[in-house]
Amino acid sequence: MNFLTRSLKPLLTSARDLTPIVVVVAVFQLLVLRQPIPDLAGLLGGLLMVLAGLALFTKGLELGLFPIGEALAHALARRGSLGLLLVFAFTLGFGTTVAEPALIAIADEAAKVAAQGGLIADAPEARQDYALGLRYTVALSVGVAIVLGVIRILKGWPVQWLIIGGYLGVVLMTAVAPPEIVGIAYDSGGVTTSTITVPLVTALGVGLASSIAGRSPLVDGFGLIAFASLTPMIFVMAYGALR
Amino acid sequence: MTGWLDAFWQIVRSTVTDVVPIAVVLFGFQYLVLRRPIPQLPRVVLGFVLVVLGLVFFLEGLEQALFPLGRLMAESLTSPGFLGLAEPSADWRNYFWIYLFGAALGFATTIAEPALIAVALKASQVSGGAISPWGLRIAVAVGAASGIALGCFRIVTGAPLPWFIVAGYLVLLVQTAFAPRAIIALAYDSGGVTTSTVTVPLVAALGLGLASNVPGRSPVLDGFGMVALTALFPIMTVLAYAQLGAWLGRRRRTH
Repeated sequence: MNFLTRSLKPLLTSARDLTPIVVVVAVFQLLVLRQPIPDLAGLLGGLLMVLAGLALFTKGLELGLFPIGEALAHALARRGSLGLLLVFAFTLGFGTTVAEPALIAIADEAAKVAAQGGLIADAPEARQDYALGLRYTVALSVGVAIVLGVIRILKGWPVQWLIIGGYLGVVLMTAVAPPEIVGIAYDSGGVTTSTITVPLVTALGVGLASSIAGRSPLVDGFGLIAFASLTPMIFVMAYGALR
Repeated sequence: MTGWLDAFWQIVRSTVTDVVPIAVVLFGFQYLVLRRPIPQLPRVVLGFVLVVLGLVFFLEGLEQALFPLGRLMAESLTSPGFLGLAEPSADWRNYFWIYLFGAALGFATTIAEPALIAVALKASQVSGGAISPWGLRIAVAVGAASGIALGCFRIVTGAPLPWFIVAGYLVLLVQTAFAPRAIIALAYDSGGVTTSTVTVPLVAALGLGLASNVPGRSPVLDGFGMVALTALFPIMTVLAYAQLGAWLGRRRRTH
């Protein structure tokens, strides 16, 4: 029984995530549009797949990634070797972002739009290259953000410096970037701070802040994430300007 | 049948590539730097297998459900037949229903978000009860609702996204300077809470669908930006709510 409830829990959680969407769409379809939904069976099947996928994904994170990721983050934060810590910070930010589901989805969609708009060739390879380039750019920017954030915690710089600096970077890049990339760039900032990245990066920030006297885990753990949603905007706009 | 299997295999392969970097980082540091075996290795490996399988199902489900759903809603709520227009129109006043739908979607998905409930309880503790958990949840949900509604409005009018974002950040800067210090971290966190893994694809599809249905708009130039606004607005409404709470508290004490 215990095993059953434990394995059903992620399924219930993802069902709870989907319920409001289903309710809002159903209300609008039935009361406002008053039309039957085309291909209802296909949609429901897809929703079930999203449900099962999210449940498996979160269960897998709980079993595998989070325990060793958090233990590693704490161990390296306390070890005192700056070089190793920075390499770990960068690769952690990069690796978690590449696997972020919402980013995969957005990048694929952006590639389709770019292909339809004639920005890239409308072939599967070109779309894949574009989507992958976008995701690696975002991952690179999150890695850099985490490295800067870690240095900030070590040096004790105020968090506002990084945020305001990042903000100025966004404004400057917006002025030079091609207009087609701006929307995607801004959106990718919101996407990165999601399912995998936040818990692991927060573990790194909190581990680091609590091992140095005079740093507050609450404030410093948060600083990493806030900055990691600014750098993707800058880097993706640079990617758009350079390619 | 083999075509379906081929497609499935293709997704599995690309998903494995997505998970390889983080696996290399974690295993590499564990074995080469810490030089310690991983506790409960079979469990961890099972975890990685589940992550890959979960991603495969999730991405396939997105393709079949969330993306079509977002596009469908954008299309039906902007169709001239539904709006009672003779021909497609670019006048933003005709698109009342899509703003309402966006707002309802933002409000509903956020108010039910489990991560937000945890944040709200923490905020209530930090502020010594000045911020009620329900007040904060409503503040974030109103923020997400206005973010999506404004995002829809922006796409319909074709106004440049940077104006909205830059202005939003300026407002945030001013608010941050005056807000009670204890709430700032939580306020910024609540922006991330609204952009959950399910909401992002749906909102993105809604924006792209809207941009391809409203005359004169192009998905490339106007379709994106909804996610950014949805992440930005809750920070503002939470800071405003905290400010209001602090102000009311001060007024109560002086009277």
